[in-house]
Amino acid sequence: MFYRQCGVRHVSYAADWQLWPLRFERLQVGALLLAAASAPLWLPGLYLGSYALPVIIFATATLGLDLIMGRAGQIHVGYAAIMAVGAYTAVHAVRAGAPFEVGLLAAGLASALVGLVAGATALRVKGLYLAIGTLALQFLVEWVIVHVPAIGGGAQTTLQAPAVRVLGVAPVTTLGARYWVALAWCVLVTAYMLNVGRTGFGRALVALRERDYAAAVLGVHVFRYKLLAFSVSSFVGGITGAVLAFTYYRAVTPEQFGLDVSIQLLAMGLIGGLGRVLGSFLGAAFVFVVPIVISTALPGALEAAGLGLPVAVLSHLQIIVYGALIVGFLLLEPLGLAKIYDNVRSYFLVWPFGYARRTMG
Amino acid sequence: MTLVFLTELAVNGALVGLMYSLVALGIVLVYKSSSVFNFAQGALVMLAAYLVWAGSRVVGVVGGVLAAAAAMALLGLGIERFALRRMIGQPLAMALMLTLGLEILLRGLGPAAWGADTKRFDLGLAEAPLFLGDVLVNRTYLAGGAAALVLLVLFALFFRTRVGITLRAVSDDQVASWSIGIRVERAVGLSWALAALAATVGGTFWAAVQGVDWSVSLLLVKATAVAILGGLDSLAGAVIAGFAVGVTESVVSGYLDQVVGGGTKEIVTLALILLTILLRPHGLMGREIIERI
Repeated sequence: MFYRQCGVRHVSYAADWQLWPLRFERLQVGALLLAAASAPLWLPGLYLGSYALPVIIFATATLGLDLIMGRAGQIHVGYAAIMAVGAYTAVHAVRAGAPFEVGLLAAGLASALVGLVAGATALRVKGLYLAIGTLALQFLVEWVIVHVPAIGGGAQTTLQAPAVRVLGVAPVTTLGARYWVALAWCVLVTAYMLNVGRTGFGRALVALRERDYAAAVLGVHVFRYKLLAFSVSSFVGGITGAVLAFTYYRAVTPEQFGLDVSIQLLAMGLIGGLGRVLGSFLGAAFVFVVPIVISTALPGALEAAGLGLPVAVLSHLQIIVYGALIVGFLLLEPLGLAKIYDNVRSYFLVWPFGYARRTMG
Repeated sequence: MTLVFLTELAVNGALVGLMYSLVALGIVLVYKSSSVFNFAQGALVMLAAYLVWAGSRVVGVVGGVLAAAAAMALLGLGIERFALRRMIGQPLAMALMLTLGLEILLRGLGPAAWGADTKRFDLGLAEAPLFLGDVLVNRTYLAGGAAALVLLVLFALFFRTRVGITLRAVSDDQVASWSIGIRVERAVGLSWALAALAATVGGTFWAAVQGVDWSVSLLLVKATAVAILGGLDSLAGAVIAGFAVGVTESVVSGYLDQVVGGGTKEIVTLALILLTILLRPHGLMGREIIERI
């Protein structure tokens, strides 16, 4: 129907390597990009600031986490701590007078360094023990931020993120400007993640994920690529943390990067579908928006149906819905939202000739 | 003064540590049978605490504990049958995330069912201070520590029974157990039920110590440290590690808190987790089968 595809007729390698071989999908991506870029012009400020902006930033963070979880197959339960390192570094750098871009770069480098240390643990242990090691990293970073006044500014302190300018000229103060900064970073990371699977680095990570012994036999330097995966992913996470601090919260507190945020990012990755760029976006949007929508819409709907819920249930509805979503998705669709999208897409790919072989994966 | 202070810290710390191992036993039991880290144990303990509290208001403390134990054992069996069994053959991250999701879900369901305010739960122990020599000992801690030891002995005896031996076989090698006719799924389900029972005992004593609210589930962090330090597949290791974590935490924070102004208790736990993972990943008494590359 939409796809109008008949046979594979590539005549050059470039055509075969295309990210989106179908014309309809190229149009889709273009339209989405246009809609996202022009969102500040048509989306009401409330939705832009409290839904679109955080979803874009969390999708970027999920993409960074996906590099280590979906591509390299390592478990990371402390990604929010990595983001916290970046956010605090950037805020301190900018407060000390560094330009915004330098602050972001410093954030990425500092996080990459911390990620490298976490990755060094990965050289000794893997699987479950790595998960617990990264969990310890999460608590350790939180503790350091709260207890070292030079970093966190003392207990229960909020550090304001100063107003910044992009390239020294364009001030990032209005909601639209903040959104565009976040979007630019998101597009950059998305482009990287779309392409990393086609590079030697990305293929080495996938080999690591599937079986590290086999990867080593094939000549993949396991130590090196694990450390690289951890530091690249942390670099992305650090800058995303800084972007989150500067464009969304406009301040940093330790609570913004707690264990629950790490778990939320894991949930976004898993519900969206591991190892899929589309999955990170779908997962971030779903996990961020659905619990809010359900917990605000459900009480009203039940009220209308004559079934009032007790206050105790209402106040915990969001966390219950969130937990149930994680459990439900893992049990019913372990490959996530991206797989659901794939099923729909491959149905329409050959519609109305359902018996035909689906060639375009 | 200093010696008495030190002994007091050490004795009470050791008892608290044994109560941590009550929670950690559930993690160890599940890990032994199915190599899945049970991140839901904190919420199971919290739910058990709610059930014991609610039950004890109707049928008294003993009846409440028994009713809660029965309900929790059923819940444990249900978790394996309807959730964990579907995770067989999936990546480890999926199973971990599933137990995390259960933790979040239960953490919401408990307060939703019984209200978020902290409930006082009285075990019915005497109030008078208990002195052993010069050392003041908390009676609830003493009872909890004793319960941990009793539970360990019971589990050790259980693992010598016919059913217990099948559990040990499953923890050794799932495929081999399967091939000689052991029902692996049933054994894993049983280990979840046992973990839920351990959670009931833990929940009872922790409810008496800190009251019942969602923060009981935060014991997961301590239990993780204990389970890791003891070795994830060793019950005796969990108890010894609980002892060690409790004493270290209590003594270190007892002296250092005055110097640095509080908060050292958490950092001791974290440092123990990190050091164990870096220096001796299989813990004090765990089996050394961790793959390294």
